[in-house]
Amino acid sequence: MTITLVSPQIEVMKMDSIQEKNIVYQTSQLNLWYGEKHALKNINLDILENEVTAIIGPSGCGKSTYLKILNRMIELVQGVKITGEILYRNRNILDRSYQVEELRTKVGMVFQKPNPFPKSIYENVAYGPKIHGIRDKKVLEQIVEKSLRSAALWDEVKDRLNQNAYSLSGGQQQRLCIARCLAIEPDVILMDEPTSALDPISTLKIEELVKELKKEYSIIIVTHNMQQAARISNKTAFFLNGEVIEFAPTSKIFSNPKDKRTEDYITGRFG
Amino acid sequence: MNFFDHKSINARMKIRVIVNLFAKIIFFAAMMFGLFILGVLLYRIVSQGIGYLDLQFLQSLPSRKPEQAGVYTALIGSVLLMAVVAPVSLLLGVATAIYLEEYAKDNRFTAFIKVNISNLAGVPSIVFGLLGLTVFVRALALGTSVLAAGLTMSLLVLPIIIVAAQEALKAVPASLREASYAMGATKWQTIVRIVLPVAIPGILTGGILALSRAIGETAPLVVLGLPLFLAYLPKSIFDLFTVLPMQIYNWTGRPQEEFHSLAAAGIIVLLILLLFMNFLAVLIRNKFQKRY
Amino acid sequence: MLLILLCFRMGVIELAIQNVNSLSIQKLIEEKKKNHNTAGIIEKFIPMILLLAAVVSVLTTIGTVLTLIFETITFFQTVSILEFLTTKKWYPFSETEGTFGILPLVLGTLKVTFIAIIVSIPIGLTSAIYLSEYATERTRRIIKPILEVLAGIPTIVYGFFALTFVTPLLREIIPGLELFNALSPGIVIGIMITPMIASLSEDALVSVPNSMREGAFALGATKFEVALKVVLPAAISGIISSIVLAISRAIGETMIVAIAGGSTPNVDWNVTNSIQTMTAYIVQVSQGDAGYGTTIYYSIYAVGMTLFIFTLIMNLIAQYISRRFREEYE
Repeated sequence: MTITLVSPQIEVMKMDSIQEKNIVYQTSQLNLWYGEKHALKNINLDILENEVTAIIGPSGCGKSTYLKILNRMIELVQGVKITGEILYRNRNILDRSYQVEELRTKVGMVFQKPNPFPKSIYENVAYGPKIHGIRDKKVLEQIVEKSLRSAALWDEVKDRLNQNAYSLSGGQQQRLCIARCLAIEPDVILMDEPTSALDPISTLKIEELVKELKKEYSIIIVTHNMQQAARISNKTAFFLNGEVIEFAPTSKIFSNPKDKRTEDYITGRFG
Repeated sequence: MNFFDHKSINARMKIRVIVNLFAKIIFFAAMMFGLFILGVLLYRIVSQGIGYLDLQFLQSLPSRKPEQAGVYTALIGSVLLMAVVAPVSLLLGVATAIYLEEYAKDNRFTAFIKVNISNLAGVPSIVFGLLGLTVFVRALALGTSVLAAGLTMSLLVLPIIIVAAQEALKAVPASLREASYAMGATKWQTIVRIVLPVAIPGILTGGILALSRAIGETAPLVVLGLPLFLAYLPKSIFDLFTVLPMQIYNWTGRPQEEFHSLAAAGIIVLLILLLFMNFLAVLIRNKFQKRY
Repeated sequence: MLLILLCFRMGVIELAIQNVNSLSIQKLIEEKKKNHNTAGIIEKFIPMILLLAAVVSVLTTIGTVLTLIFETITFFQTVSILEFLTTKKWYPFSETEGTFGILPLVLGTLKVTFIAIIVSIPIGLTSAIYLSEYATERTRRIIKPILEVLAGIPTIVYGFFALTFVTPLLREIIPGLELFNALSPGIVIGIMITPMIASLSEDALVSVPNSMREGAFALGATKFEVALKVVLPAAISGIISSIVLAISRAIGETMIVAIAGGSTPNVDWNVTNSIQTMTAYIVQVSQGDAGYGTTIYYSIYAVGMTLFIFTLIMNLIAQYISRRFREEYE
């Protein structure tokens, strides 16, 4: 009995080490219209577990739009039409029966500008667990500490957890937002140009953090900054005019791009 | 060929500059004149009424003898009225604003509600009195009670609160809502935990201004049949009562000079009450100055 | 077996509480979700409850209109609509039979409103222009709140001011002036609505983009020329709608005319005589002891209806102007 229980697990582990990592998001034939404007055209992308996937491209290429579909934040925009399929862990998230709150509990998001709630640091991090019904003070305290530690912010704020989140610096605020996101232990973290509003030192800290986080989380990051993509990501997708031009391991994209347009963008001929 | 005769332009320039200066002085004088008149109004009232304003005035029942008369019943009546108006109008107003800003779809029905609210804001207060008289006093048989007057006043100030609450909700940054949704929060959770706390100062400020409108309003209460003279206190919200503006109206309507002074003293009490409420509104606004 | 499984599950939570590192928040969330099915119900019912609140404002309008219509119809069963609209005499308190011709009351209202507008437009508009075009930021910051506070002074205060100060003052100047007249309440209503005109017009002027002013200044225009020829025309719809709204306020104003206007319906254009406005008549009847169900009782609804129509038209005009001619600067 015990043997039969254990043996398949071992097999799985073996397969894991040999085979590729699991697919988190499988996008196929995705199209999106803002009213009349065809903003995403026939997107096909597979995103893997425990990797950092960077999405680059010039402004208006649809990269942020794509990110917002992954946790259906796009629904907040009116007049959007979507066709195609996005499987998250083998379930189509565009299906009406997929409860959006459930999806967002699994898929966290960090925004362009730090957007902490006008509450205390503690309340910011405890927000997610609280809305999902966790009220035990002790558990909440542990979650807050763990999340702030994971976001490399604990040592800076542990003595002032009750202060307003807006007393923090911009970089600290963004790390607080990451901690807030980690507090519900998502499976995937979406990052929408998380450093675009920050100074270089804060940016560096966030980048270090991303590298650390990918051990436990799958991260998809939209960025304007190509060096950033090169520094932190395993794979990079290049978007242009709503299409995926190229999707490959980051080293390959930056050293040996297949498409002329990718090369032009990376070498700074446009963008 | 020269289109510009610089000499004549320069000559006209002087006139234009003088006209400008002249206009500025006139505009300023007009504004100051307006403020001056209002200053005279306040000065007149204060100088006429201050002599009658003492503790006895606040604690006495109205009387036919000017030297014994006071605003006690009216003051208590005004406070009772506010005790009905504040919860009813805030609850209805904020709920309506949340519906319009957070839930309502962009369709004809919503547009109709919005147009309706802005029209309601322009209906003369005395017409609300007619509505209250028919619906609350007679049809619902509430009589000339605190409750009937309170409900009438609530409807009167409802548009003010709705508009203020709508503005306050609109001012909540979208980024905060997004952050909450992205955590898997539901709409109602987001509204209760994030949006309302941020909007509450604006809502309260609007609410106080609406209440200060209600506390000074006279016309609808006259129509409801509130007594001009009442020498006892209401025991509950179902009782007959009177309010400060009605008491002032009563004294103003009498020919004797002493009663006019009493009216002025009553006005001072009313204005102090209003000033206090405005002060409260400013205080709230400053205390919760935007930090996001 | 089931029991063991249950124990195991409890153990997970227990363990999570003890050890930070093994804490599985997602599992906790899963657990909680099973206990919280009420959330979905709340999400469904909240919008309906809120909608009910929103409907109250609609019901208020419907209630107002229906009330006025029904009671007015009752009134027209005893008094013919023709008499109401065409007779030039409003004499309801006659022992034998009253005469109900609305004209004198309408005329009283219009007289007062006209005077109020003549007083308030020049002061209100010039103040608005001064504040938006000439005043320093500091002056504006001081004056604007004052205007708002002044707009909030109860009308009963203005009524008292009209009767005890303005009327005696005017009687010094104009010998023939009666104690109750149209002039004094007219002027005071004008004073009352001036802050409203000033404040709303100033909003309209300030919202004219600076680029338009800069364009004119760069050509060498003076401030006066910029204000008069560039800013004012650009903001004209906002200004007009503020004036129309002020007119509507003046028409519906009650206490000032009830106190200082008198109760003598007149059909002439004389402003020194005692008059009666529509609103003042409603007040007069409400205060008196006209019993429920009498013709006089119903007459206040007919007058109220007339008043309602007047102000509604004004409000609709104001809305139409500000929507139709909304300035688009982009």
